[in-house]
Amino acid sequence: MLTYGLVIAAYIILRILLAGGHVSSALQGQLVPITAYIVMAVSLNLTVGVLGELSLGHAGFMSVGAFTGVITSASLTSSVPEPALRLLFALIAGGIAAGLFGFLIGIPVLRLHGDYLAIVTLAFGEIIKNVVNTLYVGIGQSGLKIGMTSGNALNLGEGGKVILNGPMGAIGVQKISSFTAGFILILVTLFIILNLIDSRAGRAIMAVRDNKIAAESVGISVWRYRMTAFVTSAALAGAAGALYALNYSTVIARKFDFNTSILVLVFVVLGGMGNIRGSIIAATVLTILPEVLRAFNNVRMLIYAVILILVMLATNNVRLRAWFQRIRPGNGKTPVISGGGDGHE
Amino acid sequence: MTFLTYLISGISLGSIYAIIALGYTMVYGIAKMLNFAHGDVIMIGGYVSYMVTTELGWSPLVSVLAAMAVCTLLGVLIEQLAYKPLRAAPSLAVLITAIGVSYFLQNAALLLFSANPKSFSSVVPIDSIRLFEGKLVISGTAIVAVIACAIIILGLTWLINKTKIGKAMRAVSEDKHAAQLMGVSINKTISVTFAIGSALAAVAGVLLVSAYPILMPTTGAMPGIKAFTAAVFGGIGSIPGAFLGGILLGIIEILGKAYISTQLSDAIVFAVLIIILLVKPTGLLGKKVLVKV
Amino acid sequence: MKKKSYSFLVIALMLCLALLTGITNPVSAADAEAPIKLGGIGPLSGAAAVYGIAVANGANIAVEEINALGGLQFELNFQDDEHDAEKSVNAYNVLKDWGMQVLVGTVTTTPGIAVSAESFADRIFTLTPSASSPQVVEGKDNVFQMCFTDPNQGIASAQYILDKELGTKVAIIYNNADAYSTGIYEKFATEAEEKGLEVVSTTTFTDETANDFSVQLTEAQNAGADLLFLPIYYQPASLILSQAKAMDYAPVVFGVDGMDGILTLENFDVSLAEGVMLLTPFVADATDDLTVAFVEKYQELYDEVPNQFAADGYDCVYAIYEALKDSDITAESTAEEACDYLVGVFTGEEFVFNGLTGDNMTWSETGEVAKSPKGMVIQDGVYVGMDAAEDSEND
Repeated sequence: MLTYGLVIAAYIILRILLAGGHVSSALQGQLVPITAYIVMAVSLNLTVGVLGELSLGHAGFMSVGAFTGVITSASLTSSVPEPALRLLFALIAGGIAAGLFGFLIGIPVLRLHGDYLAIVTLAFGEIIKNVVNTLYVGIGQSGLKIGMTSGNALNLGEGGKVILNGPMGAIGVQKISSFTAGFILILVTLFIILNLIDSRAGRAIMAVRDNKIAAESVGISVWRYRMTAFVTSAALAGAAGALYALNYSTVIARKFDFNTSILVLVFVVLGGMGNIRGSIIAATVLTILPEVLRAFNNVRMLIYAVILILVMLATNNVRLRAWFQRIRPGNGKTPVISGGGDGHE
Repeated sequence: MTFLTYLISGISLGSIYAIIALGYTMVYGIAKMLNFAHGDVIMIGGYVSYMVTTELGWSPLVSVLAAMAVCTLLGVLIEQLAYKPLRAAPSLAVLITAIGVSYFLQNAALLLFSANPKSFSSVVPIDSIRLFEGKLVISGTAIVAVIACAIIILGLTWLINKTKIGKAMRAVSEDKHAAQLMGVSINKTISVTFAIGSALAAVAGVLLVSAYPILMPTTGAMPGIKAFTAAVFGGIGSIPGAFLGGILLGIIEILGKAYISTQLSDAIVFAVLIIILLVKPTGLLGKKVLVKV
Repeated sequence: MKKKSYSFLVIALMLCLALLTGITNPVSAADAEAPIKLGGIGPLSGAAAVYGIAVANGANIAVEEINALGGLQFELNFQDDEHDAEKSVNAYNVLKDWGMQVLVGTVTTTPGIAVSAESFADRIFTLTPSASSPQVVEGKDNVFQMCFTDPNQGIASAQYILDKELGTKVAIIYNNADAYSTGIYEKFATEAEEKGLEVVSTTTFTDETANDFSVQLTEAQNAGADLLFLPIYYQPASLILSQAKAMDYAPVVFGVDGMDGILTLENFDVSLAEGVMLLTPFVADATDDLTVAFVEKYQELYDEVPNQFAADGYDCVYAIYEALKDSDITAESTAEEACDYLVGVFTGEEFVFNGLTGDNMTWSETGEVAKSPKGMVIQDGVYVGMDAAEDSEND
């Protein structure tokens, strides 16, 4: 409950500040990407923290969702003029498409474990990036057309519009994302994930994570539960991708590369694996941090790197941990990877 | 003939991936961590060699030794400052720290050496070999890369199987705690591993920029990821596996470009990787880990 | 794990407060005449940093020169965008909070499209030094370009190759993950087909595979191409040149403005670039006073030979200065007032700008610049005008 409270309180405070005109353009412009990254982090936490598998290709699902969302929004421009409703359709379409990809990718991926699973997710992320870079999608009188050579080769005819133009990406995207939509998406994500963790399926997933053979021996169908978690994670990343993409007038496949996957992974690890609230805070802080460091000009990314290393060292420091445990008695027995259970006491 | 040309390009690219992958796999096998900063140590090695030859005017061979010395120091320093305090931490925490180190090295290089790319003059003094009336050209760098790769493999195999430190490495790799009980210093062993891995990175860096002579702060990033892929491909932790994985990755990349599509070459490489891992879930030469109840 | 969240919460609050109170605002110069606030955006870190840093340096020189003249004063605040649309919009918002009146940016295309959509909505005059896709300016009346658009370069290249009969069978190698490269390629290919220029081989690479070009070069060679068209930047081009030489393949090489910089690439063996032709708006060893003075100053300050990006940055600031110097736009004017005035001047009949990157530049209503590209050929390690080179051969 505290997690919901935190998000709702943050939203209300920001709304009040926004209404009073106290928020700088810099922060205002970051609100939507922050919400998208929060959803990314929380959804990746389902794979990494709860399922216990390292995924290095989460941005690939974001990419699928982003471009599906953009295409959906562009195709519905005339039939659904109301932006909020169109955004809803785009988010759902992005989520479904990414979920579908998650399922297809999950079939091979979930047969593997550990670093081998990680490298296959990385591989899928790179494949998605490479393929989207060669995709041309346009909308003309005869509906949606897809090609792989060039925008002109689509033969869209009069009034046709190229939506996705290979490496030039999607251009002329109507910006329909909003902070409120992002906020609602976070709540939906929290609702889905916290319920999943708390459900029978969630307990099964964690049982599988902690001891696969023992879980199997008591009759838990490993594959089904792993797949449920993986597809949910992918679908939410897809919705986040659609939200992110529809916040800018252009989006390219290269944005969703290995570095973005890693960035989201950093949010998850820094926030604490399995700790949903931690993911939310880490995503927010680490998205704002490089902007705050702008005052340092050309050494800012260097400082960012140093902060990242120091935070990792500090949060894993044995003495510091012991100290925290002293001031917070009764919490000493928290396992290294907690099950996300402390997100809702 | 064309096929042979492609094959040779593939092997030459692959042998560089292999040397980088060896560094990855050694560190992984012994310290059980993915050192994502490895690619950036390669870049530093390239810059050191560049600076020594162009600024100081010393011979290329000295520059390679200088690069190895600097990278070894750097590797040990990184290990001491950033990884050693995290020995007991979850492996993902170490992974993120390694990413932080990677960002740090790239941005430090940007400030130190500027963003302007530099053209590297090959440190390899051997001329290209021309066969079949010049239809088949094998560059000197390619020959040296393959030979260096072979020497490194033999050297590492000897080191690990025949020396005392090698025995310690194997012990730490098998079981840290048991090794410690038997009097092996874990910290020392891991430091030595990092030193060797970083020296290899320096060699790989110099060969990389000798073969593809553009040097930028981001030069090491992509070869680093590719080599990581190669290491997993061959079975991470396995030295012959890293070699095989590297060479195969290079060949697949070039042949994929040549016979399928240059546009989709990355997708092809990674698709082959996925297929291989499905058939052999622990890589080509990886050990099958049996999970006991 | 809970303990972690609390320390985070504290950091988070501190950071938010810092952002709210505007810690990022630099102190403005306390001059007698308040300066007009110029914002700049481009990659100062990451893989594309070389372009952003060059633009920032060039623009800085221009600002210093202008401020030394007395009269109209400028203050430049150049922000990093890491060649990323999201970061670029962030940078733009930071500049907006700072009170930016005119924007010089962005340096690269994709961030440019994202930012120009914002500056169009906010009515902030935008002059991009080098974001060359037509989509940057399309449909935005207050966004202008200092560089050629990509399609124009494609057309001009095809025209040049045909007119000068540089080759009959063309091979193209382009970066199919890069908007700039693909933009030029697509137009070139269409134009070549229309004009009857035979393209025998088209191959690509991406930033991930920009090391080995043996496949692309062998294909071109086997197809019998006598001209290699490289609509790419000079870093991969330098690799292509050296690998082509290693395999004894010596076609005529024709590049675009991205090729500029190859001669000043540190430690590069310029003999590899002998005979390379390129269309570029700026040549660092040109002998006109303006270029000589600029190159000298740039070398003195930054210890490097400036490339066309630096020249574009310099020209942008001067074009804005020329347009503003006789106006009543001051530091007190709103961005919108400055915007309306500048749009009027730039699209006006009588506004003609002479800069480092071209003479008699004018701008159309769409925001595209009209200037003529300089065809250059590299001889003995220096650029020679293509026409001049021909004359000397005829002598």
